Amino acid sequence: MLRLNHTALHRIKLHAMQTYPEECCGVLIGRDDGERKTVCDILEIKNAKEENRARRFLITPEDYKWAEERAREEGVDVMGFYHSHPDHPARPSQFDLDHAVPWCSYIIVSVEAGLPAAVNSWVLMDDHSEFSEEQLDVLDGEFIRQCKQYQA
Amino acid sequence: MGVKVMIPTPLRAYTDRKDSVVVDGATVGELLDRLTVNYATLKKHLYSDDGKLRNFVNVYVNDEDIRYLQHEQTKVSEKDVVSIIPSIAGGGVE
Repeated sequence: MLRLNHTALHRIKLHAMQTYPEECCGVLIGRDDGERKTVCDILEIKNAKEENRARRFLITPEDYKWAEERAREEGVDVMGFYHSHPDHPARPSQFDLDHAVPWCSYIIVSVEAGLPAAVNSWVLMDDHSEFSEEQLDVLDGEFIRQCKQYQA
Repeated sequence: MGVKVMIPTPLRAYTDRKDSVVVDGATVGELLDRLTVNYATLKKHLYSDDGKLRNFVNVYVNDEDIRYLQHEQTKVSEKDVVSIIPSIAGGGVE
């Protein structure tokens, strides 16, 4: 299960709208208690793909490293990633599967004619054979309050 | 000889939550072999069925990508720090 608040979800949708018709991407940072991940903040990342950004995104190792360091500064960890599928359903493609990182949550937002539509979250199966959709709970409250509540 | 290997968050679920481990080896390949012996469940996440490092896996010796060195034959010493750093790629259907 993945939890995030309305503000985070809104920012993801906004990012997806801003980059349309190209894909957006970013990193989810937060905490994991073994049963569920809680997203405390999102880090927007510039799609580093040099071509075909309408159908591909890339978060470079340098950007990943930056995100992990940023998470550590906040006392949290990388929980996963988000990206958009312009004019394509919010489910993983074969290309997503071929490049997927284990354990992490993958939020995919579909964008239809410039407007955000479905939002789903996925986790890679342990044998890397496919993605499994996970429950996505959207909560009220600010990022930091959510994290403090979680710590408490 | 022990060489420090930095583990990214997504793979710590398979290294007992450790963010770094020290393993023996004279090359990057030997380090990764030893790592996957010590943490057996890590192997299927680092390597695909054909025995190649998975697409998301990038390995650095200090700040150098091993693709620009001697790949998994890159020699290492205990002064080096080896980092496994993911790159995240994906996208919709072409």
